Amino acid sequence: MSITLSLVLEQTLNGLQYGVMLFLMAAGLTLVFGIMNLVNLAHGSLYMVGAYLATAFTEKTGSFVLGVALALPATLLVGVLVEVVALRTLYERDHLDQVLATFGLILFFNELVAIIWGRAAIFTSVPRFLSGHFRILPGLPYPTYRAVIILIGVAVAVLLWVLVTRTRLGMRIRAGASNRTMISALGVDIRLLYTLVFGLGAALAGLAGAMAGPIYSVQPGMGEGILIQVFVVIVIGGIGSIRGAIVGAIVVGMADTLGRAFLKPLLATVISPPAADKAGPALASMSIYLLMAAVLFFRPEGLFPARGCS
Amino acid sequence: MTISRRTIALAAGGVLLALVPPVAALTNQPFYVDLFRRVMIFALAAVSLDLILGYGGMVSFGHAAYLGIGAYAVGIPAFYGVDNGWLQWGLAIAASALAATVIGAISLRTSGVSFIMITLAFAQMLYYLGISLETYGGDNGMRLSGRSRFGGPLDLREPAIFYYVVLAILVLFLALGNRLVASRFGMVIRAAKSNEPRARAIGFSLFRYKLTAFVIAGGAGGLAGALLANQTEYLTPDFMHWTRSGEIMFMVILGGMGTLFGPVIGAVVLLLLEDVLSALTAHWQIILGPILILVVLFAKRGLFGLLVGAEPRDG
Repeated sequence: MSITLSLVLEQTLNGLQYGVMLFLMAAGLTLVFGIMNLVNLAHGSLYMVGAYLATAFTEKTGSFVLGVALALPATLLVGVLVEVVALRTLYERDHLDQVLATFGLILFFNELVAIIWGRAAIFTSVPRFLSGHFRILPGLPYPTYRAVIILIGVAVAVLLWVLVTRTRLGMRIRAGASNRTMISALGVDIRLLYTLVFGLGAALAGLAGAMAGPIYSVQPGMGEGILIQVFVVIVIGGIGSIRGAIVGAIVVGMADTLGRAFLKPLLATVISPPAADKAGPALASMSIYLLMAAVLFFRPEGLFPARGCS
Repeated sequence: MTISRRTIALAAGGVLLALVPPVAALTNQPFYVDLFRRVMIFALAAVSLDLILGYGGMVSFGHAAYLGIGAYAVGIPAFYGVDNGWLQWGLAIAASALAATVIGAISLRTSGVSFIMITLAFAQMLYYLGISLETYGGDNGMRLSGRSRFGGPLDLREPAIFYYVVLAILVLFLALGNRLVASRFGMVIRAAKSNEPRARAIGFSLFRYKLTAFVIAGGAGGLAGALLANQTEYLTPDFMHWTRSGEIMFMVILGGMGTLFGPVIGAVVLLLLEDVLSALTAHWQIILGPILILVVLFAKRGLFGLLVGAEPRDG
């Protein structure tokens, strides 16, 4: 396999597409962390729930768009339920308690979907009207579905930016992030605000999961791999910062995808091809953690530290 | 001098663990020797984590990494036909202590969530490193050609002998830990946990103390890994999976963090619970998950606290 320009371009777009998925997850996680000071390991479970619900609704209604559209409010509901039942009491606890309790939630959700839908991976296909390719440049076709994911991700990023910086709710969210005691003293129902933010984050994770269905397999535990990478994203970007989430997601998405695609052929020039086959992807997976360790080493607060203190 | 409930509980626990092999032999249930040996191996890992988590306030979310390093330190020499136990186990401790030195030196520059995440990141790196080691089985792992050999009567292939070796190591490490946390060194570590700026203001260079504790915990974790590889006679990168780190952490919390002996109880209860629940239903995790949440929410002091009653604790 030789490395050509069109391949590099295609993989760069794939990296961007993966980065978009990471961003959808990271936005919710970083908001929840920035505002409620909650480390939520179960965020990956919401991604998984979104994927399963979208698959189930698509099967019921026969329409992918309808399936995803129904999965969004449903995941939001699941998120709100989780927040009210389990997480609400954890905001005041230390991070250790939060990590463990949400770890318990992961076990619960993995088993729950295994009971309902079985342990075997479910493979769904891209809906027909999105299944083709289109030409980005002459001689460079790109799958329509992946391109649509990128567009949706950009649209969500813009909407989020408008929501956070231009609306009353966004103002409260920012206020909650910088001083929660003050904002509740001003008469804002902070509990409702927390639940709303958590639900919003859940819906975004659900959206990522729903769109991931046709590309990756849908199975119990699918949220964990991406969750850890999302944590890398928000730690690199700076915890609590949406801007950091965008930059971090693109960086990690690119590093992971490009590493996976090109480390193997690059390594094969140095070591034996069979060894490179295995070492390439593993080294690519390691690279993002290396990146995170480096960022934390030089800038413990991340690239874009969120302003304000909680 | 009155004998405290703590002493009684500890003595009873030690005697009970020592009685497992003869009772298992009498009742013809050799399975229990295997089960409790596994429990004690995880107890060793959990106690070592408690040293830094419970006493030092360092929430390391990557402790399973040392299990993996220790296991590979047994597996790789065995792969080349070197089955000397002293060498393998020594290598396990040295290699994981070295890894802990590097990981600690970088991670301890951060704190809070960043520390949790960076220790997790290092464990993930080692996990993927394990997967990339195609010669040693890649993601499938590899069989151990045989248990470590020590010569003489110390034959680990004999289940009861292996059991008492593990028990002895656990007791020794508990004794060492007990001395350690009560020593000047232990006091500094605990001071760093309860009020870092103040401890610094007194004039301690906390970084060195914390790093030393981190390395001790890592070395012990590596020894636990060497034992685990001997226990299963198999090793895979899954030893380092992040859910394994979560499990060890849960053992510490369940038993009671900062109690040293609590994590042993945590390991016993968690692994027995897993054993019982998995016999009941294939979907045992759906029960374990909520139990975990309830323990975190309501049983803050852990089982050891319930067992020995109120005890003066440092905040």
